[in-house]
Amino acid sequence: MSASAPDTAAKPARGFRIDLKTAGPLLALALLVLLGITLNENFLSYSNLTNVLARSSFIGIIAIGATFVITAGGLDLSVGSMAAVIAGVMIMVMNWLIPSFGIGWSVVLAGMASGILLGGVAGVFNGLMITRGRIEAFIVTLGTMGIFRSLVTFLANGGTLSLNFNVADVYRPVYYDGILGVPWPILVFALVAIAGEILMRRTAFGRYCAAIGSNEQVARYSSINVDNVRLLTYILQGVLVGVAVLLYVPRLGSASSTTGVLWELEAIAGVIIGGTTLKGGYGRIWGTVVGVVILGLIGNILNLQSLISPYLNGAFQGVIIILAVLLQRERRTS
Amino acid sequence: MASSVGETAPIILAASRVSKSFGEIPVLFSIDFDIRPGEVHAVIGENGAGKSTLIKILSGLEQPTSGSISFDGQTVVLPPNGAAEAMGIVLIHQEMNLAEHLTVADSIFLGRELKKFGFLDVREMRKRAAAVMETLHVHVDPDARINTLSVADKQMVEIAKAISRDARVLIMDEPTAVLSVGETQTLFEQIRRLTARGVAVIFISHKLDEIMELAQRVTVLRDGQLIATVGTEALTPDSIAQMMVGRELSNLYPPKHEPDVDAPAVLSVRNLSALGVADVSFDLRRGEILGFAGLIGSGRTAVAEAIVGLTHRSSGQITLDGKPVDFTRVSQSVDAGLAYMTKDRKGKGLLLNMGLRPNLTLLTVKKHLRAGFLDSASETRALERAVRRFDIRARDASVAVGRLSGGNQQKLMLGKTMESEPDIIIMDEPTRGIDVGTKQQIYHIIAALAAEGKSIILISSELQEVIGLSHRVVVMRNGRLAGVLEGAEITESEIMRYAAGIKQSGNDERISA
Repeated sequence: MSASAPDTAAKPARGFRIDLKTAGPLLALALLVLLGITLNENFLSYSNLTNVLARSSFIGIIAIGATFVITAGGLDLSVGSMAAVIAGVMIMVMNWLIPSFGIGWSVVLAGMASGILLGGVAGVFNGLMITRGRIEAFIVTLGTMGIFRSLVTFLANGGTLSLNFNVADVYRPVYYDGILGVPWPILVFALVAIAGEILMRRTAFGRYCAAIGSNEQVARYSSINVDNVRLLTYILQGVLVGVAVLLYVPRLGSASSTTGVLWELEAIAGVIIGGTTLKGGYGRIWGTVVGVVILGLIGNILNLQSLISPYLNGAFQGVIIILAVLLQRERRTS
Repeated sequence: MASSVGETAPIILAASRVSKSFGEIPVLFSIDFDIRPGEVHAVIGENGAGKSTLIKILSGLEQPTSGSISFDGQTVVLPPNGAAEAMGIVLIHQEMNLAEHLTVADSIFLGRELKKFGFLDVREMRKRAAAVMETLHVHVDPDARINTLSVADKQMVEIAKAISRDARVLIMDEPTAVLSVGETQTLFEQIRRLTARGVAVIFISHKLDEIMELAQRVTVLRDGQLIATVGTEALTPDSIAQMMVGRELSNLYPPKHEPDVDAPAVLSVRNLSALGVADVSFDLRRGEILGFAGLIGSGRTAVAEAIVGLTHRSSGQITLDGKPVDFTRVSQSVDAGLAYMTKDRKGKGLLLNMGLRPNLTLLTVKKHLRAGFLDSASETRALERAVRRFDIRARDASVAVGRLSGGNQQKLMLGKTMESEPDIIIMDEPTRGIDVGTKQQIYHIIAALAAEGKSIILISSELQEVIGLSHRVVVMRNGRLAGVLEGAEITESEIMRYAAGIKQSGNDERISA
């Protein structure tokens, strides 16, 4: 880069755009909230907000895992199917343990543990195929997406796996109760987000993820164990899918082949709207949180008004995703 | 082709009082420049002098803020985005712009494919590609994929592409930076053939001897100002260097401090074999600068990468301070005090989209943890130290490293390597594509490190550099060690004899201490 546009040329062109990029998702969120308030006075009500946020929590927790995977230059398409199979297995484990453990928290805790464990194992599998097997992440997780989806259909015998009613009663509070009126899913989402933000910004692991996603060769030459860091991102993703599912199961108490359909795309969309670069190298957790909440609010606002059909939800989400990437593009070409 | 060529020919492309600012920051001040058919006009200057901006303006990639461009005597506004190629102005970038997976023929016709009945006429394109290669005396298969070609061949493809577009002005941005001596000569023959046909060539290079050899006129830029445009016959490499830097460069190479005769060998390599390396043995003593010379592809980098564990070793022993080591990961060699600084600073050395701080500490992030968390204050202190020690110049630490000049990138990479506090440093082409002033700084840093007792392996394709700095020189050829030179033997001709295979030392001599 001999005598390229000299070093001094960089700054003036940037200023405003960078700000827009940083603040973009927040700005969009603020606009949506304003829109919501104008359209319906119930928008800001406690029940509406907790409802929207609690529903967003599942995707949000998964999307935080996806932020690490994507920042490190990977992709995990299997999370939706993985969620379904974890939900199915959790329900089967709990039902199966009732005779030996009896109905109570011990069964629920065992079920939760099995969910997180299974998520971790699924992550190890994805990660090993990608790092040791040297297969592209897109291909591996496209494959496991099909495998997991088919597994849950098989386990449910084409129908629905239902949790024992009595256990479901014990488990219910995990979705419907909370502390000081804040439901558990929202609390867990917040905790995972804070931990994720710290992990991304303040630890060597987060720095390594960005380095690998930015340029794998540079990372390798800088003595980073690229394979291990990559593997860890997929394990983290799997564990977080497990966490999301253990909050999700008490909501319906059942799992079927339609559980978690398209969750992977919603999670990836949330990550991208939040400003993480799809090609890797730059990720921000708080952005992902904002992105997921934006997606949740669009659906909510459409339901709260009567001018536009709520069936257009997907279209609005799509427009937002494309807009977000349009804003990102300037970063790439600069 | 052009009826008149040389000094009498009318000017084909000219810039008149061209200035350029990015935002409020001026980078070129009222530059006059012209070139005639059949002429080689070199543009030279330190990094950041404005060379690249000037050639971008001359090829339409940037528009001047003020001033005008004339082509064939007419004042024109060059079309942007490379459309000036249609007018016959072709820019060959420093980083070549070839799609790696296309074939040679595909690349030459990219964007103006020949068609028959609406379908690609593959046969005709291949035939014409072969014909163009033939006129260039280049032996590259038109069906070969670009990613299988050497850098030199890729460059020939770029030139073939330019010629097949009837280029009248060919602008080459540091074409020789990645070429070996032999390849450079081939390129020069090519350029002479083109100029004989009336093509005007604008040539950017940091290598003064090349410019003396090839160019008729030289334009020197410094800090965006035109210093002079002079006929080459009136110049010496020294006088050009002085104009570039604006000061005398008397001591480009610092004086050599010979290491102690009985200094222990800190690194011993015996019978090393790996991909591209066969049976290489040598010793590195404490405080020594051991030069590694050889043609491009002779296996110097492969030796370094095999030693530090970046590539797999098939056989051989490596001992560090007398202890046998077997690095399978870079982190192990770094921990053992042996660091390798890559020659590919953009592809393997630096994260171009990130700021200075994460780049500096990437190798040594673990040193900046406090209770498991990154301590950004400690990283900032490290950066301040490195900026002082290596004179890294950037407006602020958050600027993306990709926007720094090559010299500053190189100094940052040196800083990054030294952060791991190595005792042995393998520097691979530490001054590639950077200006004379920065080169001099890096030479002094290298010499100072050796004087401190660090041991350095200096891989370089610039013979002057190897000769000017090294205490001993290892010459490699075809993955093997061709010879080890010491003292008065270290001369350009002697190195070239070994590198070209005219001379070969026996086995015993190789392992000499």
